[in-house]
Amino acid sequence: MSTAARKKSLIWDYLTTVDHKKIAILYLIAGGLFFLIGGLEALLMRIQLMKPNNDFLNGDLFNQVMTMHGTTMIFFAATPLLFALMNAVVPLQIGARDVAFPFLNALGFWLFFFGGVFLNCSWFLGGAPDAGWTSYASLSLESPGHGIDFYLLGLQISGFGTLISGINFLVTIVTMRAPGMTFMRMPMFTWTTFVASALILFAFPPLTVGLLLLMLDRLFGANFFDPALGGNTIIYEHLFWIFGHPEVYILVLPAFGIFSEVIATFSRKRLFGYSSMVFAVVLIGFLGFMVWAHHMFTVGLGPVANAIFAVATMTIAVPTGIKIFNWLFTMWGGNIRFTTPMLYAVSFIPSFVMGGVTGVMLASAPADYQYHDTYFVVAHFHYVIVGGVVFALLAGTHYWWPKMFGKMLNEALGKITFVLFFVGFHLTFFIQHFLGLMGMPRRVFTFLPNQGLDTGNLVSTIGAFFMTAGVIILLINVVISSISGKKAEADAWGVGRTLEWAVSSPAPEYNFAQIPLVRGLDAYWLEKMEGKKGLTPAEPLGDIHMPNPSVLPFVISLGLFVSAFGFLYHNDYSWGLPVAILGLVITFGSMFLRSIIDDYGFHIHKDEIIEAEKKGVKA
Amino acid sequence: MAQHANSENPNVNLAYRRKKNAEEMKRQVISFVLMILLTLIAFFAVGYDKFSHWFSIPFILLLAIVQVMFQLYYFMHMSHKGHEFPAIFMYGGVFVAFLTVWAFATIVWW
Amino acid sequence: MHVEEKLTAETFPAEPERATLEGKNKFLGFWFFLGGETVLFASLFATFIALRDKTAGGPTSEELFQMPVVFVATMLLLTSSLTSVYAIHHMKNFDFKKMQLWFGITVLLGLAFLGLEIFEFYEYVHEGLKYSTSAFSSAFYTLVGLHGSHVAFGLSWILTLMIRNAKRGLNLYNAPKFYLASLYWHFIDVVWVFIFTVVYLMGMVG
Repeated sequence: MSTAARKKSLIWDYLTTVDHKKIAILYLIAGGLFFLIGGLEALLMRIQLMKPNNDFLNGDLFNQVMTMHGTTMIFFAATPLLFALMNAVVPLQIGARDVAFPFLNALGFWLFFFGGVFLNCSWFLGGAPDAGWTSYASLSLESPGHGIDFYLLGLQISGFGTLISGINFLVTIVTMRAPGMTFMRMPMFTWTTFVASALILFAFPPLTVGLLLLMLDRLFGANFFDPALGGNTIIYEHLFWIFGHPEVYILVLPAFGIFSEVIATFSRKRLFGYSSMVFAVVLIGFLGFMVWAHHMFTVGLGPVANAIFAVATMTIAVPTGIKIFNWLFTMWGGNIRFTTPMLYAVSFIPSFVMGGVTGVMLASAPADYQYHDTYFVVAHFHYVIVGGVVFALLAGTHYWWPKMFGKMLNEALGKITFVLFFVGFHLTFFIQHFLGLMGMPRRVFTFLPNQGLDTGNLVSTIGAFFMTAGVIILLINVVISSISGKKAEADAWGVGRTLEWAVSSPAPEYNFAQIPLVRGLDAYWLEKMEGKKGLTPAEPLGDIHMPNPSVLPFVISLGLFVSAFGFLYHNDYSWGLPVAILGLVITFGSMFLRSIIDDYGFHIHKDEIIEAEKKGVKA
Repeated sequence: MAQHANSENPNVNLAYRRKKNAEEMKRQVISFVLMILLTLIAFFAVGYDKFSHWFSIPFILLLAIVQVMFQLYYFMHMSHKGHEFPAIFMYGGVFVAFLTVWAFATIVWW
Repeated sequence: MHVEEKLTAETFPAEPERATLEGKNKFLGFWFFLGGETVLFASLFATFIALRDKTAGGPTSEELFQMPVVFVATMLLLTSSLTSVYAIHHMKNFDFKKMQLWFGITVLLGLAFLGLEIFEFYEYVHEGLKYSTSAFSSAFYTLVGLHGSHVAFGLSWILTLMIRNAKRGLNLYNAPKFYLASLYWHFIDVVWVFIFTVVYLMGMVG
C-alpha cells in the first residue's frame, strides 16, 4: 500500500503480518478449521451412540475422538475464535491504531496454530490422546503410546500463545485508549476482553505447571503422580481445575460482551445498567478463581471444603443474574430489529439460563454425588458453552463479518443457519439431562438396549445432524458472500454505536486517519445523534507510525513445533534429543535475533492517508 | 526544591534529579542492609534449636514476606508513581498464588 | 519523545523506561507477566509443599541440606539484586559506563550463584537423591531447577543487552530493555527468598 516494495505475495503477507486485522482473519480461519474438525468428531460420537451396542467406532477410537473433541473445541476452536473477534474489534473500539505488541500478537497466533497442528498430528502417528480433555494423571500416566504426549506438548505450546495474547490485550486496553476513552466509557466487549485477559494471565500458569509435571512424569522419569514413590494424583486435578474453572469464564465473559454489543445495537438503546454490567464482569472474574473444587466434590476433600466451594459457586449466580436482567431491560421498550446476530442473542438468554440453573444444581455438593460423571453434566456444560459461547461466536461472526471482510453475509441464509443450529442444539442436549438422570455415564462408547436410553440417544443424534446442517449452510453463506456479497458500508448495520463502525469496512491499515476524541459511552452513536458524519478528531492529520512485518513469530513457533517432536520421541529414537535441541536453537536463536535487530517501524505519509481516505469515501 | 523540578533550565533540573537519585540510592542501600539482616535472623532462627517448629516456621515465613515487600517496593520501585496497574496485577497474582498454596497445604487428600 | 532521538544527560528523561509509548507498553506488559509468573511459581511451591516429606525411603531434606552452601548462595543473589539497583541508578543518571559496570558485576554474581547451584545438585545426586528417586526429589529439582533456568535466562538476557549496546550507549529504545531485565532479575531474587525459606530452611527444621 505504502510503497511498491511492500507488494508481496498474499501468503508471505499473512506469514509475516503483525496487523491486528489480518491476525484476526488468521485466527478466524484456523479457529474455524479446528471448529469443523471438533464438530466432525462430535458427529462421529453421536453416530456411534445413535443406537445401543453400535460398532461404528470401537471403544479405543471412541476415547480418542471424545478426548480430541473436548480438547479441540476448548483450546483450538472457542479460544482462538474469540481471539479473532477481539483482534478484529478491540483496537477499533478503543480508538487505537494497533495493539500494544503487534509482534507478540503474531507470535501468539503462530504458537496457538502450531500447538493445534502438533496435537492433531497424533491422529497419523500412532493414535490420539485418549484420557479425556482433563487428562487426569492416574489415567493418563497409564495410557500407552504417545497420544497423551501429543496432548501435553501441543497444549503447552498453544498455552504460551494464549498467555502472550492475554498480556497483549491487557496492555493494549490500559495504554492505547483514545483521548476521552475512560474505563467507564469502554464498550462492554472491550471490558470483557480485559477481564478475560486478566483471567488468562492468572489461570494459564497453573495449567502450564500441571502439564509440565505430567510431561516430566511421562517422559523424564519424575514421580509427581506415582503413589508408589510418594506422588499424589490429586495435585494434578487441583492444578487442572485451578486453570479449568477460570477457563470457563475466559470463554464466556467475552461471549457476554458480544451479546451486550449486539443487544444494545439492535434494540437501538444504550445498554441498561452499564456500570452494574462492568461490576458483574469483574466480580465474576474474581469469584471464578475461588470455585474450582466444585469439579472435585466426589474426590473426598471433606465436607468443610465441599461446603465452602459449593457456597462460593452459587454466589456466582448473583452477578450472572444481574447481567441477564440487564439484557432483558435493554431490550424492553427498545426498537428491536431481529437480524441474525440478534436472533442468537435473544435465544442465548433462555438457553444460557438453563445452563446456569443446572449449574446451581450441580453446585449443591450432596446432589452432585448423583449427577457426577453422568450425561447430566454433559448437558449442563454444553448448555453453557454452546448456548453461551458458540451462540456468541456465531452472533459475533455475523455481526462483525462486514467489518472484517468488507462484505455482508446473506441474512436469509444466516437465519436458516440460526434455526437449524438452535433447534439442533436443544434437540441434542436437552434430552441428555434426562439420560444423565436415568444413569447414563458420560464418556462411555456404547450402552445396552432396553434400559430406557435408546430413544433419548437417537433424538440426541438427530439434533447433532441439525447442527451440522446449520454449519454447512454457514459455510455456503461465507462462499456466496465472498463471491457476490453486498459491499458493506462503514456503519454496516446502520445502527452502530461503537467506534469500529465509524471507520470503513474493512478498516484501513492504520485504522484511524486521526485518533478520535471520545466524548461518552457509545462514542459513535453520540456523534451521529448530534448530526455529525464522522468522529471528532483528537489530533491533526500527520504521518502515521506503523510496525514492521516480521517472519520471526512464525519461525519461533516452528522451532517449538520441531522441538516438541524431539522431546516426544527422545526415549524411543536416538534422533530425538538432537531434534529437540535443534528446535530450541531455532526458537531461542530467533528470539536472540529479535532482541539484537533494532526495529523502529516505518511511517505512512500524510499524502497517502489523504488519498486512501478519499478512496474510502468514494467507495 | 519542588520549583526546581519544573525548572526550564535543564542543568538545574539535572542537578535536582541527580540529588534525588542519590537520595533514592541511599534508601536502597538501607533496605538492602535490612534485607540482609532479615536473612540472617531467618537462618539463625532455624539454626537455634531451642525454638519449636510452631514458632520458627511461621516466623521465617513472615520474615520472607517482609523481605519480598522490600524487594517489590524499593528495589523494583513499586513505591513510585505510575505503578497502580503493576500493583493490581501483582496482588492479583499473589491472591491466586495464596489460594493455590493454601489448597495444596490443606485439601490434597493425604 | 521519540525512540531514535540522541540524548544528553540534560535531556534524558527522569523515567527513561516509560518516556515513550513503546517503553510504557513494555513496562506494563512485563509487570503483568511477572504477575503470571507469581502464579506459575506458586503452583510449583504448592506442589513442593504437598510432596516435601514424600521421600519414599530416599534421602530426606534434613539429611541433605547444608546451611553454609544455601547461605552463601542467598548472599550472592541478594547482593546481585543490589548491584542491579546500582546499574539502574546509573542509567537514570545517564551514566552508561557505570551502568555497564554494575550490570557486569551482577552477571558475575549470578554466574557464581548458578555455579554453586550446579555444584549443589551434583552433590545431592551423589548422595543418592536422583530426579526419579521420590516424589520429593522430583518436586525439589523441578522447583529449584526452574528457578535456576530463570537465572540462566536472566544472565543471557543481561549479557545480550550489554554486548548489543556496548558501542552506542543509552537511548530511549534500549533504556526500557535494561530496566525490564533488572526487574526480571529482582523477581528471580523474590522467588529465591521463598525458596530458601520454604525449601531449605523449612526443610532443615523438618
